[in-house]
Amino acid sequence: MKKLFTAGLASALCLGTFALPAQDANEAVKKQMEQMQENFNRALKEQREYFEKVIGAQSNKIDALTRQVEGTQQKQAEAAAKEKLKAEIESALAAQPKPAAPAVEVKQPWSPAQAIPLVKAGSAYMNISFDALMAAGSSTAGDPAAQLQLGDHDPLRRGFSLRNAEIALDGAVDPYFKGFANIVLKLDKNNDTAIELEETYLQSTSLPGGLQLKAGQFFAAFGRQNPQHPHQWAFVDAPIILTRAFGPDGLRNVGAQLSWLTPLPFYTEAFLGVFNGEGGTAHSFRNAGEPDAAGTLRYAGRATLGQHLSSGADLLFAPRIASSFDLSDTQTLLAGVSAAFGPNDTGANSRTEIYGADLFWKWKPTTAHAGFPFVSWQTEFLYRRFGAGADATAVPVLPAENITDWGFYSQLAWGFTERWVAGLRGEFVSGNNATFDRMDVFRGDRTRVSPALTFFPSEFSKVRLQYNYDHGQNFGDDHSVWLQLEFMLGAHGAHKY
Amino acid sequence: MTMKTLLSTLLALLGLAATAGAKLNVVATTPDFGAIAKEIGGDKIDLTTLAKPTEDPHFVDAKPSFIVKLSRADALIEGGAELEVGWLPPLVEGARNSKLEAGKPGRILCNQGLALLEVPTSLDRSKGDIHAAGNPHYTTDPANAKICAATIAGALAKLDPKSADYFQANLVKFTARLDAKLAEWQKLLEPAKGKRIVTYHNSWPYFAARFGLKMDLFLEPKPGIPPTPSHLAEVITRVKAENIRAIVVEPHLNRKTAEAVAGHTGAVLLDFAPYPGGAKGTEGGYIEWMDTLVHSLAKGFATAK
Repeated sequence: MKKLFTAGLASALCLGTFALPAQDANEAVKKQMEQMQENFNRALKEQREYFEKVIGAQSNKIDALTRQVEGTQQKQAEAAAKEKLKAEIESALAAQPKPAAPAVEVKQPWSPAQAIPLVKAGSAYMNISFDALMAAGSSTAGDPAAQLQLGDHDPLRRGFSLRNAEIALDGAVDPYFKGFANIVLKLDKNNDTAIELEETYLQSTSLPGGLQLKAGQFFAAFGRQNPQHPHQWAFVDAPIILTRAFGPDGLRNVGAQLSWLTPLPFYTEAFLGVFNGEGGTAHSFRNAGEPDAAGTLRYAGRATLGQHLSSGADLLFAPRIASSFDLSDTQTLLAGVSAAFGPNDTGANSRTEIYGADLFWKWKPTTAHAGFPFVSWQTEFLYRRFGAGADATAVPVLPAENITDWGFYSQLAWGFTERWVAGLRGEFVSGNNATFDRMDVFRGDRTRVSPALTFFPSEFSKVRLQYNYDHGQNFGDDHSVWLQLEFMLGAHGAHKY
Repeated sequence: MTMKTLLSTLLALLGLAATAGAKLNVVATTPDFGAIAKEIGGDKIDLTTLAKPTEDPHFVDAKPSFIVKLSRADALIEGGAELEVGWLPPLVEGARNSKLEAGKPGRILCNQGLALLEVPTSLDRSKGDIHAAGNPHYTTDPANAKICAATIAGALAKLDPKSADYFQANLVKFTARLDAKLAEWQKLLEPAKGKRIVTYHNSWPYFAARFGLKMDLFLEPKPGIPPTPSHLAEVITRVKAENIRAIVVEPHLNRKTAEAVAGHTGAVLLDFAPYPGGAKGTEGGYIEWMDTLVHSLAKGFATAK
């Protein structure tokens, strides 16, 4: 429009300067002049329409403002302001118009009574939140963390524990990436603080073809619960089979993941994660294990070799595929199969394979309020084959053998009324009779049943009471009661389904 | 199958998904935006609305099927005032659709050009669930719906310039119908002007401001905090003292609580659909919805003692 206007102006100037044209060219020039005049008029018309639009938008804003106030005095004042603004814009139109870019927003006139929003979520560069999970309770087991509560964020001991105080950051890095960080602080048995860089990763936002890339330290997309942070869990502790397959911390490591949202008519996403697969957070893989009395690092009874990544074959690969179906307006099903393959540290060519299947079903009526009522059912099945190397120096001597574990948990959550959730979880784990079994009393068959009741005073806090009945093949019955408390501050990014 | 044929099959599938239908694929977060988009887009758009009309819009589940819908969308219409903040971000992130990136013409924010009410001066969660950008239930004012319609028409015209005139014509039609109706509604609600009405949640301040009503007494003690007996007792006392005649409740809220207050006070209980399609008679669209609300309220005031 600016161009058009300039052209019009130039034509107008031409009208004045090109005087006394030759007689025979008169007709052509006349036509040209008419054309120029037309251009000029059109430009003016457009200019006027634009300003009318601006005035219109302004009027709308003022209308909206007017609605907010009561009393005729203010209305009169605003009507006057509106008139004044109209006059201003009209005089601007009458004067030599310097067209503003159409994208410029007309600012609202400020009034002293108007609220000034100082902080707005969404106006910050990132979401910043702090979430603390605490537990209090007791168990018939003297040292619950040694045999019963194997998750790193589980209650640690009789009495009070604080095992997950988490700072979560997330936001857009630039138009191409989103960034996430989860820094977890936890108190150990000496009340000393341990820090863990739980997750720190970059995620692409603009790859074509339904692809998404993730890079950094993050939870592997294995099953349903592994990638979730403890405050999303429906129970106080980690399922036993997850701690057997992935250790206390879950499967998370430094690496990269490519995921693909397939063009199928229903949700189907395929993931492939590639990780170093080293350390305690790759528990069943290149994990040096724990020191024995002599200080030798051992895993599954074998002295570990301390091998590090040297070729592509040493990487940990974690593929997954998940699909979801809306069974009706009120019911949704999400199911997936996952796997993880990689070397372990008990032999030069020892490898581990883990397979999993997961199912999540949820019912929520279309008239639910604040997310209640609902019923959800979540089940995971895992199988691990740990190819252990031979250790001739171990007592007794350990041969090369396959140690297999399998197990499942199945949990039901019923949000029976607003703010209240009743839950019931059943678990069973088992495995083969490996030579190594004789040395580990906790490895035999194990059953756990956990009823829980959770109260959410708001979305930002919860109180949960859970009872665990434990039965171990080698340690008999145990009973535990845990009370969990959570609070969250700040803006926390919304969770996935 | 060789790698090459596999790759070409995949590409063909992707191409199929991209070119299916010349209509714009539009996704609206809530049914009010959906209804307005339908008025403007008519048969030139394929419309999907994520939240159900009876559903609590603050707590919609981020179902994976929504990710699929968003991955194929040409445009996403959202409120832009944090109503959907608990469920929309992971969906958009999962959809990985570059057309819906913030700032692109396909990302349509309906709050543009609107002055929102109740913008908090400080953010303090001890006051309950507050929305930092202001009260997000703004389409309950028909004047805001007009601006919203203009925003949608402008965005759709950018996405499908060939149909720009069609969208513009629909906008003019819709605005004219709405203007005519608005005058009628204002007349109908004349007897209720200045009167106080109890509502369950603070969802109707824009509606109240438009029609000169006072909808500032809530069954919830604080936004998002369920009614407590002591707060309800206070409300009942005020309803009696001020002779308040109507209580408004939405389908996703606890009707029993509202019934109890109505029973104690003799006030009329009015079922307000939060969105077009949320109650019988409101399925037709935005104007039909508003029409039902206004008539219900007018009738309520006519029958109340």
